[in-house]
Amino acid sequence: MISINKKLALTALSTLMLSACGGSSSSSKVMMPEMPDPMFTQSYQVTVTNLTYAQPMSPMALVLHNEGQLWTVGETASVALENLAESGDNSAVLAESIVLSGQGGAGLLMPGMSEVVDVSYTFTDVNNAPKMLSLATMLVNTNDAFTGINALAVNNLSVGESISLTTSSYDSGTEKNSELMATIPGPAGGGTGEGFNAERNDTDKVAMHSGIVSVDDGLMVSILTQAHRFDNPTLAVMVTRTE
Amino acid sequence: MNTLLSHAVKKTTKIKNTALFLSTALLFCTSTLTLAQELDIKVTNLTQGIHFTPILIAAHDGDTQLFKSGEMASSQLQMMAEGGDISGLSTMLTSADKVENPAMGLLAPTMSTSTMLSTTDGNMYLSLVAMMLPTNDGFIGLNRWKIPTEAGTYSFTVNAYDAGTEANDEMITGGGAPGAAGIPAAPGMNAGTGGTGVTMTESNAYVHIHRGSLGDDNLTAGKSDLDNTVHRWLNPVARITVTVN
Repeated sequence: MISINKKLALTALSTLMLSACGGSSSSSKVMMPEMPDPMFTQSYQVTVTNLTYAQPMSPMALVLHNEGQLWTVGETASVALENLAESGDNSAVLAESIVLSGQGGAGLLMPGMSEVVDVSYTFTDVNNAPKMLSLATMLVNTNDAFTGINALAVNNLSVGESISLTTSSYDSGTEKNSELMATIPGPAGGGTGEGFNAERNDTDKVAMHSGIVSVDDGLMVSILTQAHRFDNPTLAVMVTRTE
Repeated sequence: MNTLLSHAVKKTTKIKNTALFLSTALLFCTSTLTLAQELDIKVTNLTQGIHFTPILIAAHDGDTQLFKSGEMASSQLQMMAEGGDISGLSTMLTSADKVENPAMGLLAPTMSTSTMLSTTDGNMYLSLVAMMLPTNDGFIGLNRWKIPTEAGTYSFTVNAYDAGTEANDEMITGGGAPGAAGIPAAPGMNAGTGGTGVTMTESNAYVHIHRGSLGDDNLTAGKSDLDNTVHRWLNPVARITVTVN
């Protein structure tokens, strides 16, 4: 009990000292120069490797946030996610209201390639430190497949520490997996395949992707071949806190 | 000065003793708690086109297993995997704490079901099974997951298994009884008819990871009654979230 009391007293004392150091107290007898609000910055470096055989990944959306998720299995995809999953356009995801700070990828991430992307957030109130990191990218030789990280907790990561993980692939449920040439925006569609279409002609619920079938495995109308098949996982990701 | 010092030392010793007593008491409390636990369990069907039949969840001792990879399925497992009937497995679980059919029927694609499970002394492992429809004898399986003693929320995924008891002919015949060929039903009402059968043999009679369904693109003919753009899946097929209270 004694030690607890002592600890309490110490905490109270340090709180007092902290508030005394706040700098903006006008009742203080000793005049202190006005201090600007302290600024904090947290930065994360994310290394992403495309693990597939022939599925280029669209320019990624990498975001820091404190609430929400980019997608939830069983719920309808946001229009922003639908855009990313059907056309590979990351701009609407980067502009989502929950996003504190976002960074887009440099371009298509080809199979076997890695890309390093940094994202930072500067804030004045320590309670506003970013708690979660999310990432999304489209498998472009599909109708509406995407992969990424959904609200990874990064608030316990110290500077220099990393989290490594692999990601599975999801289906936004917004476009039927017809695998028709006219519906595949990636190079397999010949470069003329349609991207975003506001019509939702599939289950309209986010699920895990069942993989592509391809013309070689029994879907005669498919423009995709055995080369475009994929299995989980599709990305290897390392998240390092750098500041 | 000397007395003051010895007084301080005495005081520290006293505090140390109190601390020791407290931590021992705490340890005792914790170890008592590990024997019986209150769990919240959520199961999410991650697939886009596969239904789960009634789910069986059990907390059991270290000797119990609902299924064993690399070994032949029990007749009770076969009942579950071919027809979705969990009663045989449930009867086997005499000393386990269990939840039967938390979703009150089928768990549709992407849907979740939540339930509570109170475990008793010694039931430190969690297992879970449910048949996958439409498949011949595919099931989701969690085998002997050690329930953490520390309170918190734990989330993980599980894969699809094949009981090895029935040929994966992919024909929807209504055959759900053990030994009856064919798939009992396609609850999504999106399967075909007239398939000639993908295969008539099951040469691996041991429980194994399911190789996935083939399906075809002809709903009135072809080899399979399944639709290859709807009824395939990739692992994992389910997410389990366990909150240890």
